[in-house]
Amino acid sequence: MIQRLGKFLIATLAIIIAVVTLAPALWMLSASFMSAGEASTFPPKLLPSRMTFEHYFTLFTRLQLSRYLVNSLVLSVSVTAISLFFNSMAGYAFAKYRFAGRDRLFRFLVAEMVIPAQVTTLPLFLMLNKVGLINTYAGVIVAGMATIYGIFLVRQYALSIPDSFIEAARMDGASDFRIYWRVILPLCKPILITLAIFTFMGTWNDFLWPLIVMTDDSMYTLPVALANLTGEHVQDTELMMAGAVITILPVMIIFIALQKYYISGIMAAGLKE
Amino acid sequence: MATSSQHKSLSHEIKSVRRAAYFFLAPALIPIFVFFFVPALAAFVLSFTDFDIYSLSNIAYARFVGVRNYLQLLKDPLFWKAMTNTLYYVLVGGPLSIAASLGTALLVNSKLIRFQGLLRTIYFAPVVTTLVAVAVVWRFMYHPRFGLLNYALGFLGIAPIDWLGDPAWAMPAIILMSIWKNFGYNMIIFVAGLQSIPAQLYEAARIDGANFWEQFKSITLPMLAPTTVFVSIIAMIGNFQLFTEPYVMTQGGPVNSTLSIVLLMYQQGFRWWNLGYSAAIAFVLFGFILLGSLLQAKLQKRGEG
Repeated sequence: MIQRLGKFLIATLAIIIAVVTLAPALWMLSASFMSAGEASTFPPKLLPSRMTFEHYFTLFTRLQLSRYLVNSLVLSVSVTAISLFFNSMAGYAFAKYRFAGRDRLFRFLVAEMVIPAQVTTLPLFLMLNKVGLINTYAGVIVAGMATIYGIFLVRQYALSIPDSFIEAARMDGASDFRIYWRVILPLCKPILITLAIFTFMGTWNDFLWPLIVMTDDSMYTLPVALANLTGEHVQDTELMMAGAVITILPVMIIFIALQKYYISGIMAAGLKE
Repeated sequence: MATSSQHKSLSHEIKSVRRAAYFFLAPALIPIFVFFFVPALAAFVLSFTDFDIYSLSNIAYARFVGVRNYLQLLKDPLFWKAMTNTLYYVLVGGPLSIAASLGTALLVNSKLIRFQGLLRTIYFAPVVTTLVAVAVVWRFMYHPRFGLLNYALGFLGIAPIDWLGDPAWAMPAIILMSIWKNFGYNMIIFVAGLQSIPAQLYEAARIDGANFWEQFKSITLPMLAPTTVFVSIIAMIGNFQLFTEPYVMTQGGPVNSTLSIVLLMYQQGFRWWNLGYSAAIAFVLFGFILLGSLLQAKLQKRGEG
């Protein structure tokens, strides 16, 4: 009896928390389909009286949201592809090549991780300004071409690959790069997928750096454009909700499709410590 | 003779290994050096100069001023306001968020409950959302008249609160939103910690007649202590970097009640172009993060020893 009561209470609590967690997202979705002004009524409406797509239409026609969507996509895909390639090569080298000063170099890199990215923004802006990379895709990409955290994750994973695999490939006459490409990369697939999701989402959701680098409206990413739009359209609740839906949707889809890798990656990162 | 040729081939091999290693390392380490390490050092130098909007056109206008920026910070009421606000966020928001993570971790890990996987996904979902979009949505949730939150609180008999317009409520509002956004992340780490606790401990305790609360107090909490320390310090480091929430929701207001260190750094650097002064603010932030990291290293060492 007591156990059944406990079960009931725990289930109720779990459902209440789930509802509270989902409420803002569901309301965002619902309000994005309301006609203008409908979200600003009292008592608040939970569902649109008549579904309308007009705000999505306005965003993509008058407010050029497709432009920002393309910017966000180009940046997230390039940063993910480039950094995955560079980080995996370096992580492999740190795990499997013996050269003088390797461990010292690796410890030095890991120690650098305490430097918050915000510290580098001011000189990096001046540097990029000097070489004309402000307001370009390259300006955002260069800051994310390789990350110490990514190198670290790949190295930890590659350490578990048996040396005999590499030796066998070398006996067959495979070059260093071929071994990396044909043997190491396939074996590292789980960590590479995890790292790819982290990087893609991190770049997509990033705000401070694109806000600083992209000074021209046409180069904004979705989050920067959205933050800018809220200033001008503070009264257009329904329109802003539609913009928020477009911004969140791509990362949400990726998360739901690949959550196994995402969550196991976080668990691994937490347990290691 | 044989040894000499062996020696030769060995040194040749070492060279070729080194060459291959450099080939693999260079593409990653060069960008990290140029776009991370050099700017970090440059920021340190910058913080001892009076680099401003005039120096932007010609760097010759910038002069070394020693620790003047840092001294000026100490006299700047806005800096102290930003410090106090950030510490408020770190010291109040951090523990509350971790308590929420621990509570929900126990919930989704409980054997008394079904659909654990679905619950875990729902609780985790806010973590992957875009912070700017979330801040935009919550700004409307917090609307004093039309917002969902005040409407829901109305049913509990609580009078409407001007969440983002009242200096006393603006920071709690930001804390509440960031708990919602972030608790799922540490929940996952706590679940991993809970799953690593040996089941025999609980069995033995049950045989001794320990109830749920006693088991929680004498097994779960102590076994989770290392995880909690880890999670707390990572959260603290992250929370010091508060920026997007006040930038989008309040612009640091009302009356600077949500002005954070990074927001002040951004305003000084990229709005007023006082880059020297802004770099000094960045290094104060770095100091706090360094302190947090050292604390973590120390606590972990003690945990291992």
